[in-house]
Amino acid sequence: MIHKKLSIVAAIGLIASNVMLGASPARADEVPETVAEPPRVELVLDVSGSMRADDIDGATRISVAKQAFNDVVDALPETTQLGIRVLGATYGGENKKTGCKDTQQIVAVGPVNRVAAKNAIASLKPTGFTPIGLALRKAAEDLGDTGSVRRIVLITDGEDTCTPPDPCTVARELAAQGTSLVIDTLGLTPDEKTRKQLVCISTATGGTYASADSEEQLTERIKQVVDRAALPPPVVPAAVAGAEDCTTAPLLAAGVYTDRELIGEHRFYRVDVAAGQELRASVSIALDRELNRDYGVLLKAATAGGRELVRGVDAGSGRADVLSTGLRWSTDSSDSRDSSDISEKSPESVCLIVSNSFASNTAAGAPGMPLELSIDLVDASQAPDAPGLGRGWLLLFVLAIAGLIAGVLAGWLTRWWVAKWREN
Amino acid sequence: MRTVHLTAPRPAAPHLSGDGVVSTGVVPAGVLAAGIAAISLGLAVPSAALAAPSPAAVPGVSSAGTSFLTAVAISPAQPVRVSAVTGDYLYWSFSAAAGENPELAATVGLPERTGAQSWTVEVFDGLRRRQACVAGEQNPVAATTATSVTLGCRLRQVRSWAEPWDGDPLPGTYYVRLSTTEMPEQDLGLPVTVDLTLTAPRGDTGADQGELEAPLVPVNRPGQVLTASPAVSASASAASSDFSLSADWVPDFSSRWVWTAGGGVLAAITGLIGFSWTRRRVQGA
Repeated sequence: MIHKKLSIVAAIGLIASNVMLGASPARADEVPETVAEPPRVELVLDVSGSMRADDIDGATRISVAKQAFNDVVDALPETTQLGIRVLGATYGGENKKTGCKDTQQIVAVGPVNRVAAKNAIASLKPTGFTPIGLALRKAAEDLGDTGSVRRIVLITDGEDTCTPPDPCTVARELAAQGTSLVIDTLGLTPDEKTRKQLVCISTATGGTYASADSEEQLTERIKQVVDRAALPPPVVPAAVAGAEDCTTAPLLAAGVYTDRELIGEHRFYRVDVAAGQELRASVSIALDRELNRDYGVLLKAATAGGRELVRGVDAGSGRADVLSTGLRWSTDSSDSRDSSDISEKSPESVCLIVSNSFASNTAAGAPGMPLELSIDLVDASQAPDAPGLGRGWLLLFVLAIAGLIAGVLAGWLTRWWVAKWREN
Repeated sequence: MRTVHLTAPRPAAPHLSGDGVVSTGVVPAGVLAAGIAAISLGLAVPSAALAAPSPAAVPGVSSAGTSFLTAVAISPAQPVRVSAVTGDYLYWSFSAAAGENPELAATVGLPERTGAQSWTVEVFDGLRRRQACVAGEQNPVAATTATSVTLGCRLRQVRSWAEPWDGDPLPGTYYVRLSTTEMPEQDLGLPVTVDLTLTAPRGDTGADQGELEAPLVPVNRPGQVLTASPAVSASASAASSDFSLSADWVPDFSSRWVWTAGGGVLAAITGLIGFSWTRRRVQGA
């Protein structure tokens, strides 16, 4: 009898474990992605005198770059809005002032006409100076500010010969203006100075840096960058300017925002959270400049009166692109039960304070570091009651002992009852 | 027991070297070990899965994002093979449900270079909060001569609910970031290949209580600065649902059901035993 029951328990256990193993995991619901506009891309090619050097498998740098460009143009997706700009392509003289203004757009930004683009590329001859800063400024103008993501791909073999302005500073300024602008850089057999400059430009805008020593590598790198650029992000963050204190802070709805924050600055935002709602916020600060080794970011939620509700914090050291943290907060359900109807209906104003502990010896000034803030308001989750079901050997032991005692008591009662019945 | 200890390191050895070429030796070694001690097989399985991703119907992923916003979505058992350069920050995202134990394994094929590199794989939840790795080589250092480096990260089991003030892993989106943290400056921008595998075995949800109303997923709409408080709609729907008939109060199936039901049966059995003790005394009297 007992054996039979035990085997039933074992069987239930086996079936249960099979069900658990076989069950496919339920996926969390994804928010449907809104289709953003296709990003606008401009390739900026250095056609300065140094591109004449024939040090890439015996071929000149310019011929390799031309071949790579042709391959890329052939493989372009139809939807890509692409333009091409060159620098140092026309002025062969020695006058630096004239040479440093030498940049032209040879293909306007738009759907690509492959034949026209290839013809324009074929006619290029390595000639003049390397005005990278100016070319980047002009490229940003070419791309305009239509609200879609903008990307510049800079391909060069040498450092800027027209400093000042320092192209790295120019890149940071450009990124701080208008909709998100990313500059990817590609170095053709770069030397140390070129590499440092290109890394600085790409870091300043959240772009990538790659070097290429052969035509294959160059083609692959350009294709990769253009492919990445062709894929629009699911959302283009809205620009917002955080305030210095809570009373003047902008009131934000759910969504993604972008802002700039100086080193050591505190930025305040405000969100109205109704009773029964949960506030979810996350913040990312991009490390767009040379910084001291250790750093941190703090996102704090506080009441309008300054009482801290919850904080999210992260710290790090060494190379990183962004540092992020997030928080969740909802009105305590026990609080709302006690409070009157009026306070339940009026939403609570929550202050979000973003601060950082970055430090820089060289570039602490404006523009601030890029900050991405996302805010969501969802239904608050209920704290669970005590578990309805138990588990573990202690539970079995307690139940078994309880059963035993109940059995003994029942037996005694029966015995007493039977004895009583016999007496009567 | 001695034989177990002697055989166990064998299948584990290719895992440590992280070299794909040795993978053919993993399976026979694992089978051999299984014959002697089944426990040691557990060590061989992750390395075998890492070296040869199971041929699944899902198409592979050949791209990676460069920021949280552009992270490329991957799913378990989907092979990911990406060519990138040293210095890139590669982002992927995946979604996990309660009870899952997501685990990442990455192999990076490295180019010739001048110095050692530290690599790191980091996991963030839908609110971009850092998630702890409970197992796996999260921050390996590749020596100058190494041709590849192996990284791994296993998350804690995803919980179905946690306090808002808590950082526990919750259902929703997770971000993976693979990057180099320390390297000589001249090694930036060199080509590397990255292989990434995500597995999400499902554990037991029995220890968990409560449910998250909405998974931690990123908001995909641009923000809007308001001039006045918005009308509240969420709380109204929450209030009306209180009176509807539903089976929400019944816990999901988990080992707790088995334990509790088993306990009831056991209690009945011991009850009968207890009853029979008193009966015997009746007979003896």
